[in-house]
Amino acid sequence: MAVEPQTMSSERYHGPLSTRYSDNTAITLAQKKRRKINARTLLSYLLLSGVSLVLLMPLLWMFFTSLKPMSEIVQFPPTFFPKSIQWENYLTAINAFPFWSYAKNTIIIAGFVVISNVLSNSFIAYGFAKLEFPGKRFLFALVLSTMMVPGFVTMIPQYVIFSKIGWVGTYLPLIVPSFFGNAFNIFLMRQFYLSIGDELIEAAKMDGANHLYIWSHLMIPLTKPALITIAINSFNGAWNDFLGPLIYIKDQNQYKLQIGLQVFKNQSTTEWHYLMAGAVMVLLPSILLFFFAQKYFIEGMDLTAGSKG
Amino acid sequence: MQKRSLRQKREARWGYLFVAPFIIGFVVFMLGPMLFSFIGSFTDYNLTSKMNFIGLGNFRRMFLEDQLFWKSLYNTLYFTIFNVPMTTVFSIFLAVILNQKLKGIRVFRTIFFLPLILSGVAVYILWMQLLSPSSGMVNTILSWFSIKGPSWLFDPNWTKPALIMMKLWSAGGAMLLYIATLQNVPTQLYESAELDGANTWHKFRHVTLPMITPIIFYDVITSTIGSFQIFQEAYVMTNNGQGGPANSLLFFNLHMWNKAFVGFDMGYAMAMSMTLFVIVSILTIINLKLAPRWVHYAGGNQ
Repeated sequence: MAVEPQTMSSERYHGPLSTRYSDNTAITLAQKKRRKINARTLLSYLLLSGVSLVLLMPLLWMFFTSLKPMSEIVQFPPTFFPKSIQWENYLTAINAFPFWSYAKNTIIIAGFVVISNVLSNSFIAYGFAKLEFPGKRFLFALVLSTMMVPGFVTMIPQYVIFSKIGWVGTYLPLIVPSFFGNAFNIFLMRQFYLSIGDELIEAAKMDGANHLYIWSHLMIPLTKPALITIAINSFNGAWNDFLGPLIYIKDQNQYKLQIGLQVFKNQSTTEWHYLMAGAVMVLLPSILLFFFAQKYFIEGMDLTAGSKG
Repeated sequence: MQKRSLRQKREARWGYLFVAPFIIGFVVFMLGPMLFSFIGSFTDYNLTSKMNFIGLGNFRRMFLEDQLFWKSLYNTLYFTIFNVPMTTVFSIFLAVILNQKLKGIRVFRTIFFLPLILSGVAVYILWMQLLSPSSGMVNTILSWFSIKGPSWLFDPNWTKPALIMMKLWSAGGAMLLYIATLQNVPTQLYESAELDGANTWHKFRHVTLPMITPIIFYDVITSTIGSFQIFQEAYVMTNNGQGGPANSLLFFNLHMWNKAFVGFDMGYAMAMSMTLFVIVSILTIINLKLAPRWVHYAGGNQ
């Protein structure tokens, strides 16, 4: 009952039973196994494609609706693919509210948020990752515990503070808090620092460099991937932030795109072709950013995930 | 020895300098506001003219008189009870089917992640159209199967299921964490399970699931806190926070918002925010207490 080595290898998972069969049976079993694998691969692809279709449908529907004339939307049942394509819907949507000026406001706010988030979290995390001081463990636990406090608990008193110092109606309440770091980004940066050896820091200290210099000249270049991750996520967050500007921005000229779109929605309740065109325009930067920088979106998450469990 | 402790002291001074922004931010934007909220919840503060101590007046009003408070709490619990398990199961499902070595899996990964990074008003408007009773995608698809779909956002019985469906589309955020963990599961575990004749379900149930329980635990805690904070969706989708038909979308935070920024009943709103904090803390503690029963940590029970 000699079994050929190659049969053995493809039979490995069948366990001791397979050795009892003759060579021929073993081969058919292996073929069966292979066929089973093919069937399973096919099933996997079917499942993946089905789920993808379900997840993509809303976005496709949005895009197709944005190109339809109103008549195709209100007919029953509505068309799926637009019969006649109306790119003008986009022009109408953009001209329905000060789209470009709101986009400019949004970019200004997002720009400041990105810079302050990158600098503050990188700075703070360096202290937690590379320096020893009494109370460090407690402070880091405090960082993590802030993740558990609902934003709405501090929202009202924060508003009171900002209104007392006259910041309501300015962009400052949307920008300034990001100069003080946030738990998720501190955690992410700290993980990245911990993956960098201390030899470099020791060597720099020998050369007489202080920590401020080490952070700004050695660490910032070395942690670029993590910084890009923070920058991209902060931009996406600031671009889509609705609650902040809803509370603090009163003057129409200072509106962000999110608020502009909301006002546009309230004015044109069922003009879905224009509303969908507006929605596509507002979502487009996020979508493009995701396609070009997907790696960083995902790396950011992987980095934090690796340390858990 | 003396010299070393001097060095340590210098390093500690640098350490405090680096974490100082966090400490300042924590005091100014979190601890201070929470103390203010705590004190304010016992007053009739209205931002401009008055701040008198009224003892437990706000809480008495909240629990005994304000019917909308209970309605909002009910709506929020309803949403949380369905949203948390559904998004958790959905995230795990997505992660498991993505965690295969197949050609082109990156394309699927991109598609699966896309809804997660989209948020804000545009997404809510998109869903208002998808859920539109006559011209929306959901009811159009249902009509292909000769099903007459409900009026979703216009029918008080269907508003919350509509929102739960919408959140399911975009709430697989923990999927990434699950994938990262799944990739760390040693392949020998699966191989030895196969030797024992385990099928796909057995392998998932007895190998995969135990290995990802720490992430499930983390996911459940954060998504419970997240679900309790539902606000923007309801605000945008019910015409500036009116609460929808029969107040069926008046969630806890929406009610608090209306008290604070529409009525400027700040004292009462702060009492609500303190109540929110207590509820979320209790839920977190319950989760922590229950964790040892089902969370499996590699390398022994802790």
